[in-house]
Amino acid sequence: MSTDSYASARETTEGRVFTVTGGDWRETLGGEDPIHDERIVVNLGPQHPSTHGVLRLVLELEGETVVDARAVIGYLHTGIEKNLEFRNWVQGSTFVTRMDYLAPIFNETAYALAVEKLLGIEDQITPRANTIRVLMMELNRISSHLVWLATTGMELGAISMMLYGFREREYILDIFELASGLRMNMAYVRPGGVAQDLPAEAIKKIHEFLAYLPKKLKEYEDLLTGQIIWQERTKGVAVLDVPGCLSLGVTGPVLRSAGLPWDLRKTMPYCGYETYEFDVPTATTADVWGRYQVRLAEIRESLKIVQQAMDRLEPGPVMVQDRKIAWPAQLAIGMDGMGNSLEHVAKIMGQSMESLIHHFKLVTEGFRVPPGQVYVQIESPRGELGVHAVSDGGTRPYRVHYREPSFVNLQAIPAMAEGALLADVIAGGASLDPVMGGCDR
Amino acid sequence: MSSDSGNVPVSANPVGAQTGAPAEFPPASPAQRGLFGVQGTGDTSGFGGLTRRRPAIVDAQRPYGDYFDDVYDALVEAHPGFADAIEHVVVDRGELTLHIRPQRILEVCRTMRDDPSLRFELCSSVSGADYLGTDERRLHIVYQLTSMTYRRKVRLEVAVSAEQPRVPSVTSVYPTADWQEREAYDMFGVIFEGHPGLTRILMPDDWEGYPQRKDYPLGGVPVEYKGAEIPPPDKRRSYQ
Repeated sequence: MSTDSYASARETTEGRVFTVTGGDWRETLGGEDPIHDERIVVNLGPQHPSTHGVLRLVLELEGETVVDARAVIGYLHTGIEKNLEFRNWVQGSTFVTRMDYLAPIFNETAYALAVEKLLGIEDQITPRANTIRVLMMELNRISSHLVWLATTGMELGAISMMLYGFREREYILDIFELASGLRMNMAYVRPGGVAQDLPAEAIKKIHEFLAYLPKKLKEYEDLLTGQIIWQERTKGVAVLDVPGCLSLGVTGPVLRSAGLPWDLRKTMPYCGYETYEFDVPTATTADVWGRYQVRLAEIRESLKIVQQAMDRLEPGPVMVQDRKIAWPAQLAIGMDGMGNSLEHVAKIMGQSMESLIHHFKLVTEGFRVPPGQVYVQIESPRGELGVHAVSDGGTRPYRVHYREPSFVNLQAIPAMAEGALLADVIAGGASLDPVMGGCDR
Repeated sequence: MSSDSGNVPVSANPVGAQTGAPAEFPPASPAQRGLFGVQGTGDTSGFGGLTRRRPAIVDAQRPYGDYFDDVYDALVEAHPGFADAIEHVVVDRGELTLHIRPQRILEVCRTMRDDPSLRFELCSSVSGADYLGTDERRLHIVYQLTSMTYRRKVRLEVAVSAEQPRVPSVTSVYPTADWQEREAYDMFGVIFEGHPGLTRILMPDDWEGYPQRKDYPLGGVPVEYKGAEIPPPDKRRSYQ
């Protein structure tokens, strides 16, 4: 038996169990012959650099062929849906933004749309608020796809892609920081509009970004598309056709890579997407290569939408006019971070008792939402993001459920992996772009 | 615990649940309108405890409007027996909800998917909600179906009691319901009969109780901040 301190083995009633943290398989296994022996079970994760967070895969192998794959999730379950039931409706934004941490704007927007539908104020959302939402969502889609490109590149051996992808994402995070004060988990989109207006610096930065990214996209394609290793690792790998996607509920770029142009921005528009001009990219290969091409094309389409949104950004309010719903204060960035603006504080503390009462009631108690239930679905970078929200007429959500695309899409792992090689499990799993924070909630 | 529930403790009180907490009981009398337009108990301080009210399900009247009449007619035409499988038809905020008898949900889903005039190919979401205190059959399972052909949405809802929380699984019609039904079982303790492997999915395998039920506490400990003690979220003052 090996005496290597990094690879120990012990006997159990199930057979011999190896703990491998590095080194060479040949040395680890010693006299064993796994290739011609019976099946071996490999536990991949939940702490593994190639599984996109705390995803655990239990794989049964015959040689290098996967005969049985099971995904185990729940390692990042934080009870967000339960917690929401003990906070008021506005506070919900700060919770849901933490679900899918690569697409926080989408979580917030879906939540805001659901609350607005319950309140019956969809028509009162100002044009500027809608445009800013679209703008921020598309920027977020680009940043999410960049992280996908970066991590998938890394998992398939293209480490330089990882560095480039994260570098360009920083640009977008800087824009988010200028707009909201935070790089991630911004709680920027609130029921009724957005938390505050876009500052001039952010607009300047977005213009710079629009000029900057297309050149970089060209570089990524030069780096990956023609590269023979990238092609070998992605073409014909983890194929899932349209019937497979639909029965397993897989949506988003994976469904579009199989050839079905189903994009909720086109098919069931929200936030005024029907007024923007963009295409829904599809591929027909239904494999990892197709998903790579669809996502790259989607970044370009998102840039087109961002440009159009910038062109139509007219001055105006960014919150509904209803004072019983809108946050009473304008926010401003002070010496110690974001907070209520000084003018507002001066007004409620020095001039208007009624404003103070109003502020106090709205902030501590919150607004009431008429009883009922709604289901709102939007197109997140990973597919259909749905919010089922129930109100009992109180100041707090009665029940909020997120239909998370990561959660639903991960069910496709056995369909993609079984019968393929072990290395292709990584490519297939990465092509689903799962974010475990969203999956486990 | 009911005798026919196998090894699954369905109706046992979850460990740590404290009965008697204010949020758990609905008001004894229906809400009334008082002086100065006050509704309910008139308690605006929140110290009287949080009361949860939920209005009864209100059936919509024909015509339902939009594509809702087409969906209802197509469903009943495809299977004349479905008229009695549908308990309520609710149209609210531009959304159609069909309340289905739990035993019939699988047939209804199959027809919804396969009938050429319905074609709900995608089961978007399966989740639950607990209407403790306002509904005899307090555990509701909600199915959001999407028709990609006709670009329509329909919500199916079934209700079961906590003592007999059994609903046929729809995994044979919509394989995507697999994990979502496991989550609903994990969080609400609803048993989906015919599910290929109904185990917990988000909570640890040996967890006791069903966390999303309304009589399951949020948990948490008080936190000291600048000399004052802040109670955990479910013990804080709250408004109805």
